Amino acid sequence: MKKKILNTLKLSFPSRSANEALARSIAAAFVSQLDPTMEELCDVKTAVSEAVTNAVVHAYPDRVGTIEMTLRLLEGGEIDISVRDKGRGIENIDLARTPTYTTGGADRSGMGFTIMESFMGYLRVLSTPGRGTSVRMRKKLGHE
Amino acid sequence: MRVEYKTNHRGTEVVLWGELDHHAARTALAEIHAWLDQTMPMHLTLNMARLSFMDSSGIALVLSLYKRMAALGGILEITDLPPFARRILKAAGVEKLVSIPA
Ligand SMILES: Nc1ncnc2c1ncn2[C@@H]1O[C@H](COP(=O)(O)OP(=O)(O)OP(=O)(O)O)[C@@H](O)[C@H]1O
Ligand SMILES: [Mg+2]
Repeated sequence: MKKKILNTLKLSFPSRSANEALARSIAAAFVSQLDPTMEELCDVKTAVSEAVTNAVVHAYPDRVGTIEMTLRLLEGGEIDISVRDKGRGIENIDLARTPTYTTGGADRSGMGFTIMESFMGYLRVLSTPGRGTSVRMRKKLGHE
Repeated sequence: MRVEYKTNHRGTEVVLWGELDHHAARTALAEIHAWLDQTMPMHLTLNMARLSFMDSSGIALVLSLYKRMAALGGILEITDLPPFARRILKAAGVEKLVSIPA
């Protein structure tokens, strides 16, 4: 999976809910260099929104922490997105990735990871309880 | 996001404008519930035509309104669903509870 990185954008921002829209807009702008279809753009925005919202809601439930997002453009028209936090972490990742599993109560539906995976195609979740979570997604874009 | 309230021939209609994410859903949902407390409609139309973005936060919003209407013996109907919002609601199987337009 070692592919040449053609472009990178790294940003770090506080886990305030207003930044969810900012993060997905920036991801959409970054991805635009690949001339994506409207649907691909929507997929990327939605997946980023899910990952960043998880960091806001679950990683830092009672404080404002830092979220780091890294966007990479890889050779072959592939986009690589990572969203990391230093928050609460996830005990059981397989369970967390199960559709409709949520610790968020009635405010959440437990579909975030399922949407990230189906909209992007590739999703990897790494986490250490008490230390934080890293979500990495990849998608090949373009019409070649 | 902005919420617009209307009356139509069936009852009342809520039109959602803009981007429905976690940030927007929190205030919008509280506002819609407060409005339902006052108006107590038996038929609520949720019009999503004016949405430009929706993530999984939209699922919880729809389910919350569905439960609220069902508890009152009323009906929730979704109209004018853009394709991106339909994909999200379908992923969660929402169409088993709430009828969504074909
Ligand atoms: N960054 C994170 N830090 C800690 N826990 C997380 C993180 N991301 C996800 N989780 C855990 O995994 C569960 C499932 O996440 P997922 O995004 O699939 O659903 P949700 O956020 O609960 O609901 P939805 O995304 O549909 O609003 C969460 O309820 C939470 O317990
Ligand atoms: Mg989520």
